Amino acid sequence: MENFTPVSAAVGGALIGLAAVLLMLLNGRVAGISGIFAACLNLSGSDRSWSAAFIVGLILAPLTAILVGYPVPAPQMPDSWIVVVVAGGLVGFGTRLGGGCTSGHGVCGMARLSTRSIVATVIFMATAMVVVSLSRHVIGV
Amino acid sequence: MQIVAAAVCGLIFGWGLLISGMVEPTKVIGFLDIFGNWDPSLAVVMAAALAVSSIGFRYAASRACPVLASESLWPARTDIDPPLVIGATLFGIGWGLVGLCPGPALENLAMLSPRVIAFVGAMAFGMVLHRIWHKRRAGPQPLSEAPAVARDG
Repeated sequence: MENFTPVSAAVGGALIGLAAVLLMLLNGRVAGISGIFAACLNLSGSDRSWSAAFIVGLILAPLTAILVGYPVPAPQMPDSWIVVVVAGGLVGFGTRLGGGCTSGHGVCGMARLSTRSIVATVIFMATAMVVVSLSRHVIGV
Repeated sequence: MQIVAAAVCGLIFGWGLLISGMVEPTKVIGFLDIFGNWDPSLAVVMAAALAVSSIGFRYAASRACPVLASESLWPARTDIDPPLVIGATLFGIGWGLVGLCPGPALENLAMLSPRVIAFVGAMAFGMVLHRIWHKRRAGPQPLSEAPAVARDG
């Protein structure tokens, strides 16, 4: 467990919670990133402009971090392009079919004690754990 | 004003992902890999986020309306239906394969990594595909844009 970073995890988590609260308190909207990105892609929707602004803010975060000298890690991804693309497709389709992702169900929904969100979070976490365990310890990718 | 507020929320959210280390797919995989060198950080991130949001949401819900908008769109559905279960499973498979969920994936676009761009492109394609499929299934009646109320996240 030498990779465990409880302090930075708690600080970062609190900021994520704060962002979710502010979006609800100010704009009356749920900070579900998959829903926000989908609204951004939907050319006719009314939520399009604020959704795009949220994503711009999200992308600006590491850029402002670089400006103030905060270390930003380069993302480590699987070597296989097929795995990357298939995973992206599953995340996109799955989050819309299931109505949310780690933020919408995992944070916002669970904070409201929504049964749907608790069920969804347990399922996607357990599934992801099985996939990681299989690929790392059984198939040995 | 709502646009500025949304951008600031996105920025705070992004800093949260960055400080917590959740922008790094390897850090997320470290949490999901329960039989390996387990890193419980993601659980602490969620616990802290939930502590803040459950208190904050209670306050937000007690107000008549949000500060900058006319109404709050709280998700209203409570049923556990097959799409919820199947969707969460498909998302879990994709998340486990790469260690990216939508928030960190979009934030990592800033690093201009070709694999992240491909992932986000495929994610957008998956969402558009779902929308087309959903529209077809709903039939020819005009699909109103209004019931965004029921959206979970």
